[in-house]
Amino acid sequence: MIEAFLALFPAAVLAQAPAIMVAAPMLGAALATVLPGGRPAWVVALFCSLITAVFAFVLLFQTWGGEVISYAMGGWAPPLGIEFRIDGLNAPVLLLLGVLSLLGVIFALPSVADEIAPRKQSLFYATFLVCLTGLIGVTSTGDAFNMFVFLEISSIATYILVAMGAEQDRRALTASFNYLVLGTIGATFFVIGVGFLYMATGTLNMHDMALRLVELDDNRVVQVAFAFVIVGLGLKAAMFPLHVWLPNAYSFAPSFVTAFLASTATKVAFYTLIRFIFDVFSVEAPFVSAAFVWVIAALGVIGMIAASVQANFQTDARRLLAFSSVGQLGYMLLGLGIGTAAGVTAGVLHLLNHALMKGALFMALGVFAIRYGVRSINDLRGLGRTMPATASAFSVAGLSLVGIPMTVGFVSKWYLVSAALDRGWWWAVAAIAVSSLLALGYVGRLLASIWLQSPPERALMAAKDRIPVMMLAPMWVLAIANVWFFFDATPIVELARGAAEAALAGAPR
Amino acid sequence: MNPHMVLRVVSKLLIPIIIVFGLYVHFHGDYSPGGGFQAGVLVAVGVMLYALIYGVEEARRAVPPWTVRAGAALGVLVFAGVGVASWILGGNYLEYEVLHPDTAYKAGQHLGIILVEIGVLLTVFSVILAIFYAFAGRAPDIPDEEW
Repeated sequence: MIEAFLALFPAAVLAQAPAIMVAAPMLGAALATVLPGGRPAWVVALFCSLITAVFAFVLLFQTWGGEVISYAMGGWAPPLGIEFRIDGLNAPVLLLLGVLSLLGVIFALPSVADEIAPRKQSLFYATFLVCLTGLIGVTSTGDAFNMFVFLEISSIATYILVAMGAEQDRRALTASFNYLVLGTIGATFFVIGVGFLYMATGTLNMHDMALRLVELDDNRVVQVAFAFVIVGLGLKAAMFPLHVWLPNAYSFAPSFVTAFLASTATKVAFYTLIRFIFDVFSVEAPFVSAAFVWVIAALGVIGMIAASVQANFQTDARRLLAFSSVGQLGYMLLGLGIGTAAGVTAGVLHLLNHALMKGALFMALGVFAIRYGVRSINDLRGLGRTMPATASAFSVAGLSLVGIPMTVGFVSKWYLVSAALDRGWWWAVAAIAVSSLLALGYVGRLLASIWLQSPPERALMAAKDRIPVMMLAPMWVLAIANVWFFFDATPIVELARGAAEAALAGAPR
Repeated sequence: MNPHMVLRVVSKLLIPIIIVFGLYVHFHGDYSPGGGFQAGVLVAVGVMLYALIYGVEEARRAVPPWTVRAGAALGVLVFAGVGVASWILGGNYLEYEVLHPDTAYKAGQHLGIILVEIGVLLTVFSVILAIFYAFAGRAPDIPDEEW
């Protein structure tokens, strides 16, 4: 089947696949800027995200057996030129980006028409495509400085997308500004780290850098660079004490933006963390292995408990889920901190699964918002009676977030617990259990409000206008995927395992 | 008589020179320091000086905001289009070598970088002006007499 799919494309196109992934949304963004209305711009965005999704599959299949694709941008051979490097680690992340941006764009048309002023819609889609370009670039590039540039492209577009929520709620502007300040600090830390690495190794190509870092274990400059890179990327990924930008940004952004960012942007930042910790720096270096336990695993565990506690006290539904995102990132960090192949597998698995859950949850909240304009948990009451289908999809994804059996959340927690037990980390297992109970608490509050309380009078009175199928379809695809990949977990586990192998193989040492 | 007569005359003399100097920086970009970004800022400064002396409304008439939006997009299209052209000619993305058959003198490299920099020039010029228009278009401060 893989051969049949790849045979559809001429060899010349297959060879250019990494560049097509980035160039298509970039061209689309320029085109969408000059289009007159929201709808033509949406068609461009849909077409571009379709291309990215298709070529994400192409790249995944090309790298399936552990092959590495190295693409010399502009014909300049690496390590001097900029290299796009696709291996088992970033191909699944590219697939996630392609598929979720496609689903997100389908969801976007009615949602954006409802939330964004018509004259701004084409620019909105253009900004979205710039953000997608940046995210794909961060994921595919093999050059550390190029990664910084793409990280800034995607971040600046993200600040604008968050600020677009100002038409619904003016607080989106302060949320976006906070995000801008903190995101810029994160990017600065990252680029300082890259600068130190360049100073120590004399190269910017990450693969080349990894080869030279093997001999530089006790170099103070490299250790400082490691600290700067981890803090910078941790800020972008909303690692626990650096997450303060995230709850406001997620709760005031337009519905589509929240659904898209929650399932892609922090995931890409998390991928860059994996790339640097495992691939660029040497895992055997003493300062790296110390960081595994005392920084990454410790912050992961603290984060997954503290953020889940905070989630329990929120009154705004999207803010609650935003805090839950920070908590869930704790699981992924714990997976990395375990540091074994099983641990990284669990981390990447949870990365993929969490994108499915949060995508479905935020899309369902978007559907509630377009129908009744609800935001707070109190407003959700009785939606199980007035909108049973959407409420069911929301509940499935919510239970997956808790990690109930029959959902993917259970699969990733299972892998995480067994990876922790392999290393004898009983305290981590205890923390996972406590955090899951806290998740049960906050998801339970949402579900109790939806299913057990009676709807307010005005909801029953409201006209039964139909909810656009284009919003329901992507939400259901993600909700069903949450159950499907429990019963057929092989593909998603294989993706995660391939990613872990690629991450741990690193450079030949 | 207009109190800003000196400014008006001097800026009328200076603006064409600024713009020509911007283009000089641009077209010398592949040999010496310079290039599309600096050139775009210089050319935009020419228009900004015009707006400062003659008023934003006049500047908007000279360079309408819609051309700014189109110019920003066109610049990116030129840049990305060079990449697409190098695909069609059988190279990697943005591989300038294939753009021109004369490889002895690296004609393709010169051609490619000039074309790409034209895209940068257009986008930078347009975006700088768009930012200027956005700020200049805000409601004016309270005039001194109304305090």
